Amino acid sequence: MFAKHVTATALALVIGGGAWAQEAIIVQSTTSTANSGLYDYLLPIFTDKTGITVNVVAVGTGQAIKNAENCDGDVLLVHAKASEEKFVADGFGTERTDLMYNDFVVVGPAADPAGVAGMTDVQGALAQIAERGALFASRGDDSGTHKKELQLWAESGVDPTSASGEWYRETGSGMGATLNTGIGMGAYVLTDRATWISFENKQDYTIAVQGDEDMFNQYGVIPINPAKCPSVNVDAAQSFADWLVSAEGQEVIAGFKVADQQLFFPNAPQN
Amino acid sequence: MSDAVAMPHSLTAPSEDRAGPLSLDVRDIVLRFGETTVLDGLSFALGASGCTMVMGANGSGKSMLLKLLHGLMEPSAGHISWGGYAPQEVTARQALVFQKPVLLRRTVAANIDFVLKTRGKDRARVTALLDHVGLTQKADQPARLLSGGEAQRLALARALATDPEVLFLDEPTASLDPASVLAIERSVSDARDRGVRIIFVTHDVGQARRMADDVVFLHRGRVAEHSPSTEFFAGPRSSAARDYLNGRIVV
Amino acid sequence: MQSISEAFGLALALVLSGDADLIEIVLLSLRVSLTATVVACLIGLPIGALVAIARFRGRNAVLIVMNALMGLPPVVVGLLVYLYLSRSGPLGFLGLLYTPTAMIIAQTILIAPIVAALSRQVLEDLHAEYADQFRSLCLTRVQTIQALLWDARYSLLTVGLAGFGRAVAEVGAVIIVGGNIDHLTRVMTTAIALETSKGDLALALALGIILLVIALCVNGAVQSVRMTAVKQAYV
Repeated sequence: MFAKHVTATALALVIGGGAWAQEAIIVQSTTSTANSGLYDYLLPIFTDKTGITVNVVAVGTGQAIKNAENCDGDVLLVHAKASEEKFVADGFGTERTDLMYNDFVVVGPAADPAGVAGMTDVQGALAQIAERGALFASRGDDSGTHKKELQLWAESGVDPTSASGEWYRETGSGMGATLNTGIGMGAYVLTDRATWISFENKQDYTIAVQGDEDMFNQYGVIPINPAKCPSVNVDAAQSFADWLVSAEGQEVIAGFKVADQQLFFPNAPQN
Repeated sequence: MSDAVAMPHSLTAPSEDRAGPLSLDVRDIVLRFGETTVLDGLSFALGASGCTMVMGANGSGKSMLLKLLHGLMEPSAGHISWGGYAPQEVTARQALVFQKPVLLRRTVAANIDFVLKTRGKDRARVTALLDHVGLTQKADQPARLLSGGEAQRLALARALATDPEVLFLDEPTASLDPASVLAIERSVSDARDRGVRIIFVTHDVGQARRMADDVVFLHRGRVAEHSPSTEFFAGPRSSAARDYLNGRIVV
Repeated sequence: MQSISEAFGLALALVLSGDADLIEIVLLSLRVSLTATVVACLIGLPIGALVAIARFRGRNAVLIVMNALMGLPPVVVGLLVYLYLSRSGPLGFLGLLYTPTAMIIAQTILIAPIVAALSRQVLEDLHAEYADQFRSLCLTRVQTIQALLWDARYSLLTVGLAGFGRAVAEVGAVIIVGGNIDHLTRVMTTAIALETSKGDLALALALGIILLVIALCVNGAVQSVRMTAVKQAYV
């Protein structure tokens, strides 16, 4: 009795797990877009229109690209232009289209130990943080934000990795986790504005550096190439990508607001 | 409890074809654990039927002897033959009732059913076997909540469920209530009368007098005396057995 | 500290409001972890029983490996399962990655060694009591294992609980193979991780409190079954 009951329960549970939506795609994307709530706002509109269910796996850009190269997705939506272009050049994606941008900001504690609050020159601010030895928390996870940060450091003429573990702290975590850690230790953090606005654990932190054009954060959308990945749901993936860059999709993106602030600025080329 | 004469047919299984009667021949067996010698060149022989009581002081190796005869242990030296078979070859034709009954964590009836099922016997016999040991009322109770006497009667019923040709009992009635002692003795006598070979370890001299056809008396790892019951209790030939019966401790 | 008192209030509010998303996440957590526990028992118990009664060369080495596997890091299990179930992996054709089934597989691998190692100890102790009786009854190895598993069933419930506890509490494996996809593979622990990364510590903690209460309920249910069994001397 006992054993039979257990087996029956097991079967019921396993069989019950097989239910799948008819038409579904997986989007490999970044924590910054997912954590902002953009998908919660945007996907139901798309699904209502097309009947296609979109499942989002939100990881760092590096991992998202790696997962997509393993064919574990139908669409890639990340923000690291150079890596994205390489992804397409290597044949993993069919075509990359600029989708939208937001911008990066440097957030810091009210005490502002490096005295960078109010600066607009991000490279200058970073150099000053390094010079003063003020704590800086980096993603350190090969994500789009991390790549952007390293690029900014290079432009500022500082090699922060030589101070890794001293004032330069690499968390190896997602944006939210890095913010939690950075705020916990009083460190400056480079974050995308979208994540920052919707972030709930700000404590006494405010935006210290913003407004530099070098901190623009461009997102691209890439359908994954069925020639490399036969498992791709080509039509559904393409219609999602097409809808995002269409006039309608762009309008939806522009309409997404948190605390009355627009988080993403659509900039797909319109013919 | 049913009478031996009125015993329902279903208590015993239809007799099966079995090769040869199990007469016992024990030659010079030695049992050692490291430095300790428990049995030291022990020899005796028994016929294929009857009730033999094995007696002797504590530590004389009686329980070990039963395990050796039943094939649960190997002697360090010597030879045991059951009508030409080694003990391990005939374990399934025998049953052992342990001093402390090992009952499964199930109901009383399920303990018997388990044996009937695993041994491929007729499972309808549960009722008759329970009735035989007077546990019908307790059939659906957890076996491990039985009193000592009830537990041992259940262990006996379970042993009988295997239709053994040889039934070993290792002090089964030690510290039991008199009613249970009587019930067990009657049941064992029934089995003996049906031709089951009984080998019964006991310290209870009265019990030995009531049950025994013959007595094997162990002393210092050897058979000190093996006599018919009447002779043994009329006047033991060995001084060890005499001391034992007179209540003097023999080491 | 403010987050903590806020979390209790939030947890209560979430539960009382019968939040649909919360119910979905809780049910998926239970479905994934209970299924993994059942499957892990179907795999782990026979192995534990076999090792409990068998005597063979290298048995000690097997025991050490079994015990060591209890400490498998969830993230490593998740990674291994990911590599197998990935479209580019050997089992990619099954299309299981980012499904509850993948999460069940990962958790099963994680806790089957726990079930095997702990049940081995339980069954070996019971076998020490039964061994002579079983040999007297000439039980086959399979009959012995069946009888031990049945008679130890209530002790083994606790073993199953230990496995369930680890499964329902882990995040490292399910977040990799499940992907924490909303309405598809989001469970309590991955939701907690997500809310933490959003900086919504109060909500994360509230979910944690609810998870703890669920674990308490499951343990309480099993404990009451056990207590009944103890009364009947079945344990």
